[in-house]
Amino acid sequence: MSPLINIFKKKSSTSNVQSIIDKYNKDQTRLMDILIDIQAEIGYISNESASLIANQLKISKVDVEQTLSFYHFFSQKETGKYTIYLNDSAVAEMMGRNEVAKAFEEAAGSKFGEVTKDGKIGLFNTSCIGMNDQEPAAIINGVIFTRITPYRAKEIIQDMKNGKAVNEMGLQSFGDGNNSSNYIQSMVSNNIRRKGPVIFSDYNLGKSIKKIVNMKPTDVIRDVKASNVRGRGGAGFPTGMKWEFCRNAAGDQRYIFCNADEGEPGTFKDRVILTELPKLIFEGMTVAGYAVGATEGILYLRYEYKYLQKYLEQVLEELKTANLLGTNIGGKNGFNFNIRIQFGAGAYVCGEESALIESAEGKRGEPRDRPPFPVEQGYLNKPTVVNNVETLCSVVKIITEGPNWYKSFGTKDSAGTKVLSISGDCMNPGIYEIEWGFNINDILKMVGANDVQAVQVGGPSGALIAPTEFDRILCYSDLSTGGSIIIFNSKRDLLKNVVLNFMDFFIEESCGSCVPCRCLTVLFREKLLKILKGNGVMQDIDDMISWGPTMLSNRCGLGHTAANPILTSIKNFRPLYESKIQQNKLFDSGFNLQEAIAECCEATGRQPIL
Amino acid sequence: MAELIKFTIDNQDCLAEKGLYIVEAAAKNNIYIPTLCNIPGVKPRGACRICSVRVNGKLMSACTTPIADNMKIENNTPEIVEMRKIILETLFVSGNHFCPACERSGSCDLQALAYRFGILNQRFPYQFPSKSIDASHPKIMKDHDRCILCKRCIRGIKTEDGKSFFAYKKRGQTLEISIDTELTSQLTDELAIKAANLCPVGAILLKERGYNIPIGKRQYDLTPIGNEIDHLEK
Ligand SMILES: Cc1cc2nc3c(=O)[nH]c(=O)nc-3n(C[C@H](O)[C@H](O)[C@H](O)COP(=O)(O)O)c2cc1C
Ligand code: SF4
Ligand code: SF4
Repeated sequence: MSPLINIFKKKSSTSNVQSIIDKYNKDQTRLMDILIDIQAEIGYISNESASLIANQLKISKVDVEQTLSFYHFFSQKETGKYTIYLNDSAVAEMMGRNEVAKAFEEAAGSKFGEVTKDGKIGLFNTSCIGMNDQEPAAIINGVIFTRITPYRAKEIIQDMKNGKAVNEMGLQSFGDGNNSSNYIQSMVSNNIRRKGPVIFSDYNLGKSIKKIVNMKPTDVIRDVKASNVRGRGGAGFPTGMKWEFCRNAAGDQRYIFCNADEGEPGTFKDRVILTELPKLIFEGMTVAGYAVGATEGILYLRYEYKYLQKYLEQVLEELKTANLLGTNIGGKNGFNFNIRIQFGAGAYVCGEESALIESAEGKRGEPRDRPPFPVEQGYLNKPTVVNNVETLCSVVKIITEGPNWYKSFGTKDSAGTKVLSISGDCMNPGIYEIEWGFNINDILKMVGANDVQAVQVGGPSGALIAPTEFDRILCYSDLSTGGSIIIFNSKRDLLKNVVLNFMDFFIEESCGSCVPCRCLTVLFREKLLKILKGNGVMQDIDDMISWGPTMLSNRCGLGHTAANPILTSIKNFRPLYESKIQQNKLFDSGFNLQEAIAECCEATGRQPIL
Repeated sequence: MAELIKFTIDNQDCLAEKGLYIVEAAAKNNIYIPTLCNIPGVKPRGACRICSVRVNGKLMSACTTPIADNMKIENNTPEIVEMRKIILETLFVSGNHFCPACERSGSCDLQALAYRFGILNQRFPYQFPSKSIDASHPKIMKDHDRCILCKRCIRGIKTEDGKSFFAYKKRGQTLEISIDTELTSQLTDELAIKAANLCPVGAILLKERGYNIPIGKRQYDLTPIGNEIDHLEK
């Protein structure tokens, strides 16, 4: 049993905590792992545990708490013998998440954000858990539950009251593919709807390694550059160039990170690749290691995917046995490369590469100032490559099949394929590997979507696109995307159910360092609420547009895009806003006397004459 | 002699030594770029974003970006000034800043910048967040109402062996500064004074020592912020 899937968490004891601290050699940079293990084993991180960690790691207690309080899945209080984290993303809500939440609350007799009085059941919300194609979904003591109905929610609570183990709660049917393997045994489905020619094409384990051992590292970089492959994590930076920068940067050690944080709501393709093609990912990391001269690789995996831990560790063992990891890889003297898995603990911003590095060093996931870039000073201040899961997979195929083969797919400026995560109002949500160059209409036809009002391309940080723009094409120079596509039909209330939900997401996930990202987002949301309540005037719409550019002064991509839900929906759906504002009024403070004194009235039992 | 770098700020030709950050290099050329989180001599951390400038068209924080040859920097443009005003105003509404009753009034960087940028009223609704005052520490008081979360205390005040007295807690709009309770005895009088002075606003106050300098005679009562650099007011 993996440590997270613990049915009955142990009582806090100093000796447990001490042995966990010792397991990581009292290393400050492994603070995340220490906290994750304590959380998994004891259920929360007590004040005493924090003191002990501080003392042993020789850092101050506020620094331990700084990391601890940053991540959603760490808790300083008990979170219940059974802890339910129910996804509250927009798509989850569309699929009936609120009714499920109500059923959980009624059955448990407590509210979200609380633990039942007997300490048995804790109910908590959580941002998108990468299951958008099978919502409503929840993580319960590390086990993923998908397609939950209100009826099922009641059953689950009843099972908890009866003390049933989580992994026995009706998980008779496992998902497809490796989801049913002995090491995963999860009800999660892959929903691979379309296999393209690069990622999901035939894969011969180790073929790229066999090839590169006869190549110079710089020749590997040359081929990757020649293929024109660009990053699949969203930013689209040319991969070969990134590797070259890293290789040429001064440093006695270099690191390869695979970014499997996959936090953008609506993205779940990395989860499927991790489930079905983990060897391809690890092979890609190894190729990267050879090319830049790194001997250590780290897979940074979001905590939501902890259910894959045992499986992935097993795969790493297999690769070592096959001499595809470890020392003298592929029989080549001095080709050494090892991979470890670093878990996050619930923070979208940790997908940003420098925040990811901070997190892997045991700190709060606060993005760094750039320059210097990770390729110059990354993990432990050494030159570091951070690449998305899909990017690393593509590289393996580029090496085996050649850059020209790769360039034969896609468009002139966007080579290769893109794996899309498609969810929302359509017949066949799931994973689609397409060549760059498809337009939105092609995609809607492919997934069986009718009566479409809007499409969110690139997740909340991307753009809300209207039908007039459905002929725009997916490629780096037009609609660039990390792969999240969410479809909304005409029955959806875009402002209330989508835009507001996305704003809440960014407010929740901001690291809080930059003023506009911490404060202005909240003011944007308040303005949106004012309009939704019917108190808005034309000036309110224009105000929001005028605040937009200030968001670009934020330090990282989260802050740059955090107002995009509002800004892109005003741009493409302005009539929706205008239909909600007061037409004959130029000013409205939004202040409502009745509302402001409602509490007072209730307390005194009196009503004012207004 | 150190290598000199040529760059422009708002089309004015400038020269400065290689290795300087834009904020420092600008000051050497008598150009003031406002900062809140910056501490001269301490590794910068680009937290407040008020020093944002356009560098060759791209917004960058001037406190963390080193100058490079032929940089074209925009600083005092209507766009950037508006952005800075928005940042200042959002700070005012996101905390509780009752300046007339504040010990730091007149020597507060936030207030001084508001004067410098001519902020007379508010475009944003006051949030009136419910925050507390932490008076548990024997030497200093932490007024969360006034804290702008600039991280100066975190970065500037450490124990002899480099441990932090201050740190962030939580994230996003719930972010706050906490003070270590186990290192209390190591916060000497000297460090406490340093912390209070380092804080750009009145969020760290020395206990039992209020209102030392009368209002009217405080730092920015005498000269506006930035004046030592650009001498706008004679
Ligand atoms: C807020 C934020 C979240 C991000 N999340 C991810 C993520 O989950 N996965 C990812 O690969 N890249 C993510 N990125 C992009 C990374 O910073 C980085 O560009 C990417 O991992 C580089 O890999 P690539 O070049 O292979 O795309 C995120 C960026 C930001 C600003
Ligand atoms: S933009 Fe937001 S998330 Fe990014 S560093 Fe600044 S506050 Fe943190
Ligand atoms: S207490 Fe003062 S120095 Fe510390 S973060 Fe707050 S405002 Fe900045």
